[in-house]
Amino acid sequence: MNPSGGLLPPDDPRLADQARKWRSAYLHIPFCEEVCPYCDFAVVAGRDQLASRYGEALVAEIRSAPVWGPLDAVNFGGGTPSRMAPELLEKILQVLSSRLGLRKGAEVSLEANPEDWTLQKAESLVAAGFNRVSLGAQSFDAEVLSYLGRRHTPAQIVRAVTAARKAGFVSVNMDLIMGSPPESASSWTETLQRALENNPDHLSTYSLTVEPGTVLWKTVRAGASPPDSDRQAECWEEADRECARAGLVRYEVSNAARPGHPCRYNLSVWGQGEYLGFGNGAHSFRDGRRWENLRGVERYLDTVESGRSPNRRFESIDGWAAETERVLLGIRRRAGVRTGRAGGALWESPKGRELRRAGILGLHGDRLVVERPLLTDEVSRAILTLPPPDSACLG
Amino acid sequence: MGLGPFRLTEVAHSLASRSLIRNFCIIAHIDHGKSTLADRLLESAGAVSQRDMREQVLDTMDLERERGITIKAQAVRLNYEASDGRSYVLNLIDTPGHVDFSYEVSRSLAACEGAVLLVDANQGVQAQTVANAYLAVEAGLEIIPVVNKIDLPSAEPERAAEELARVVGGDPADTVFISAKTGEGVDELTERIVEVIHPPSGEEDLPLSALIFDSYYDLYRGVVCYVRVVEGSITAGERVVFMATGEKRDAAEIGVLTPGSVPVDTLVAGEVGYLITGAKEIDRVRVGDTVTSAYRPAVVPLRGYTDPRPMVFAGIFPTDGDDYPRLREALEKLQLNDASLQIAPEFSQALGFGFRCGFLGLLHMEIVRERLEREYDLDLVTTSPSVAYRVTLPGDEPVEVRSPADFPAAGREMVVEEPWIKALVLVPPEHLGAVMEIFTSRRGELGPLNYLGTERVELTCRLPLAEVVFDFYDRLKSKTRGFASLDYEPDGYQPSDLVKVDLLLNGSAVDAFSAVVHRPQAYAYGKEMVTRLKDLIPRQLFDVPIQAAIGSRVISRETIRAKRKDVLAKCYGGDVTRKKKLLARQKEGKRRMKMVGSVEVPSEAFVAALRVRD
Repeated sequence: MNPSGGLLPPDDPRLADQARKWRSAYLHIPFCEEVCPYCDFAVVAGRDQLASRYGEALVAEIRSAPVWGPLDAVNFGGGTPSRMAPELLEKILQVLSSRLGLRKGAEVSLEANPEDWTLQKAESLVAAGFNRVSLGAQSFDAEVLSYLGRRHTPAQIVRAVTAARKAGFVSVNMDLIMGSPPESASSWTETLQRALENNPDHLSTYSLTVEPGTVLWKTVRAGASPPDSDRQAECWEEADRECARAGLVRYEVSNAARPGHPCRYNLSVWGQGEYLGFGNGAHSFRDGRRWENLRGVERYLDTVESGRSPNRRFESIDGWAAETERVLLGIRRRAGVRTGRAGGALWESPKGRELRRAGILGLHGDRLVVERPLLTDEVSRAILTLPPPDSACLG
Repeated sequence: MGLGPFRLTEVAHSLASRSLIRNFCIIAHIDHGKSTLADRLLESAGAVSQRDMREQVLDTMDLERERGITIKAQAVRLNYEASDGRSYVLNLIDTPGHVDFSYEVSRSLAACEGAVLLVDANQGVQAQTVANAYLAVEAGLEIIPVVNKIDLPSAEPERAAEELARVVGGDPADTVFISAKTGEGVDELTERIVEVIHPPSGEEDLPLSALIFDSYYDLYRGVVCYVRVVEGSITAGERVVFMATGEKRDAAEIGVLTPGSVPVDTLVAGEVGYLITGAKEIDRVRVGDTVTSAYRPAVVPLRGYTDPRPMVFAGIFPTDGDDYPRLREALEKLQLNDASLQIAPEFSQALGFGFRCGFLGLLHMEIVRERLEREYDLDLVTTSPSVAYRVTLPGDEPVEVRSPADFPAAGREMVVEEPWIKALVLVPPEHLGAVMEIFTSRRGELGPLNYLGTERVELTCRLPLAEVVFDFYDRLKSKTRGFASLDYEPDGYQPSDLVKVDLLLNGSAVDAFSAVVHRPQAYAYGKEMVTRLKDLIPRQLFDVPIQAAIGSRVISRETIRAKRKDVLAKCYGGDVTRKKKLLARQKEGKRRMKMVGSVEVPSEAFVAALRVRD
C-alpha cells in the first residue's frame, strides 16, 4: 500500500482536497457475537449460519455493480468482518477487484475484534490482499470493557496488535471509546497510554454516545447515568495532547494518524469522494446521488437472491445541497475546507460572526477552519441554516 | 335530519303561544354530565336522530371535546310533546362549566326563566355549582335540583340530594334522579321543566328589545348573535339598531337552532334564536347589548352586563418576530368569539412585539394560548401571569399596572394596592387542614366554616388574587387528592407590601422575567427562579450569570457554565444523511429558542414561575 498522501502530514490541505478524486468501496459484514449495548448499526447476533449465503449475496451485488473504478480504498466494516472466514473475505475482495479494479497500492482495510484476531487469520488476510486493520480495542480498563459489552481483555488487544504487525499489516488502527460512565479520569489516561505504547499507526477516539433505540438508550431512559459531556471534553483534550506527543497528528475530530497513515477511505468521504456500498444497510454516493441498501439482513438476502436491487432512498446531492455538504463534511478535518460559496456565506452571516467572536471559526488563507473542534456542531448547524442563494445565482 | 318547510311553518305558528315556551339552562360542574344530559334531551325531542348523533353535540369546539368542558354558551331549540298532550318549545341555553367563566354563566342566566341544577351522585355539590346556583337564584330563576349518574355503583344520590337541598333551600324530596347516560329519569325531568319553569313574560306589541347573550364569528356570515327577545318581535329583513354602539344594520337572517340553524320569519317576545346582520366587527355588536327596531326603537335598553373584567394578565409574543401580524390577526379573530379576552400591544426588550392579554382566569389563558398554537399554527412565548396592581406615586393619580415590567423600581416611595378575591372551597372534612394550610401560606384570611352534611365543608377565605394565579389549583388538587373544588369572586383592592424582583441574564435585566412579589417572599422567590432558570436555559458558548435583584441589590446568583462539547463523535459514509437530519432537528429545537441579548432562552423559561413549587 502506498502511504496516503506520500509524506504529506495527515492534516495537510492538499491531501484533504486530493481525496475528492478518490473512489472507494464499502462492504458491510453484519455478523456479531453479541450486539454491543451502544451500537445502532445494521448488525445481527447469532446468525453466523447466514455468513456464506451473505457472502454470495455480496458477490452477486458486486457483480451487478456499474462499471466504475479503479478503487483507491476498500473498507470492510461491520458488524465484525473478522468473524467471517478469511477465504470468504478473500473471495469477495477478488470479485470486487476484478469487477471494479484496485489501483496499485490501494488501501484495503477491515475492522476486527481483538478476541477473534489470530496470527493465522491475520496472515491469511494479508495474503488475500488486506493491508490495514482497525482493531476495536475500546478501552484498556476491564470494567469499562464490560460496561461496553465487549468480550475481550486488555491483554488480547496487545496480542492482536502484535499479530497484525507480525502478519505484515502496513497500517494498524485502534478504536477507543471515551467518557463512558464507569471510566474515571485516570482510567482514560491509562487507556490512552497503553494504546500509544503499542505504537498504532492510527488512533480513533470516540465519545460514547447514546443512540436512540439502543440498549444503552433504554437503560439511560430508565434512569442510568448518561455519559458526562464535560468529562468527554476533558478526555478529548487529553487524547489530542497525548497523540501529538506520540507523533500522531489529529487530522479529524476523532482521528489521529502518523504521516502516511490517515484512513484513505474516510478522507475520501469527508472530501466528497465517491463510494459504492455493498451489503445490508450500506450507503453509496455517486454522480451526485446518495442511496442506501435495505437494512434488514433477511430482506437484503431475499432481494439480492431474487435478482432485484437492494438500493433505495435515493437522494440528490446537487447544487446548494452539495455545496453545504462539502463544507459540513470538510470542516470536521483539521485541514478545514476551501471557503467557496457556502463557506463564504457562513463567514459573513450573523451566526458566522458570532462563531468568529467565540474563537470557534477561523480563516487560514482561503480555508475555513474550526479552531475549537469540540464545538464543531455549532458550525455544522449554522451551515444548515444558511439560506440557499437565489436560484439565478446557482448556475 | 332537516326540517321540511311544513315543519318550519309549524314552528313559526307555535311561537304565537308564549305559554308553551320554556327557556332554561343547565348548571353543572365539569364532568357532572351536562353535555350528556343535553344530548339526551335533544334526542328525546327528536332534534338529533340517534344515527346522526355525535356524542355531546353542544360542545362544538375541538378543545371543548378534548377537555370535556364547555367554553362557549350556545342555545338549542327542542320540540317536546308533554304528557298533557300539548307541544312545548324548550330552549336550552348552554352554560360554561368552569370557574373562569362565571361571567358567561350570568349572561346565559339572563336569557332563561329556569335552571336545572345538575350534580353528580358520586361527587356531590362542588364549589362552583354553589356559586352558579346562587347566581341563578339572584337572577330569579326557578331551580330544579337534579342528581345525575345514579347508575354508577358508587353513587350516593340521597347524600347529593341532601347537599343540594342545603345549598338552594327546599326539600330533598323535590330532587329528580336521573342517569343521563342510560336515559333513566330524563322524561320525568322534561315533564318537570314544563311544569315548574314559568313561561316567558313580555309583550309582543311593545317596541323590540332583544338581549344578545352570546355571539360567535362565522368566517362567511360575520357575527352571529344569540338573542333572547324580551319584548316585541323581530322580523327578518327589518332594520335594527344595536343600542349601546348605535350600529344600524339589517336583520339579514333570523332563525332558531335545532341544533342546525333554521331560518324563520319572526322571533317574538319570549323566544330564543339567532340573528345575523352581516356585521364583521364584533366590537360593534357587543354581547350584553340590546337590539331594537330602527323604526320603532325601545326607549331604554335592557339591563345588560357589566363588561367582563379580566383578572389575569400575561404577555403573548411570537417566537419569531415576523409572526407578529399573524398573531394580531389571530387574537382579533379569537376576540370575535370571546368578548372577555382583552388585548393591548406590548413591547418587551427581551421578546419584541407582542400583546398583553387579559383573561378571566388561568384556564381561559390556557385555552387561548392553545387555540392560538393549534388553530393558527403560531409558535408562542407566554410570560408568567400577573394581576393588575394599582400603584400611586406621591402626588400622582393611581395607575393600573398590568405588567411587572411597568411596575416602579424598588426604593421609590409609593402605595401599591393589589386585587383580592373571596374564595369558596368545598372539601371533605379530612382534607380541611390541608386546605387551610394552603390558604394561610398564601396570605389568606380564613372565614367561617359551614358544614354541608357530614361529608362536606364549605370554607371561605379572602386572599390576594396574585396568590392564586401561579400554581394554586394544582396545589389544591394535589393536597386534597382531587376532592376540593374552588370558586372565587373579586373582592376589591387593598394595600400591600409588594416589590419588583428582576432577573438578570448575563448582567442585563430581562423585562419578561420580572415579577411583583410580596416582600417577605422576595428572597425565596429570587432563589427559586434563579435555580429554575439555571436548569431551563441550556449552556451557551460563554458563561452566563443569572441574578435575581431587587432594584440594584442582587439577592441570588447562579452561573450557567459555557458548554464545552458539541460535536458528533462520528460522521462517516453511512452516516451522512442521518447526521444531517440529526443536526437539522437540533436546529429546529433552536428555532423554539428566543434570543435574549446574546443568550438563547427556551420558551418554557418564560413561564418557569408557573410550575408547582414544592
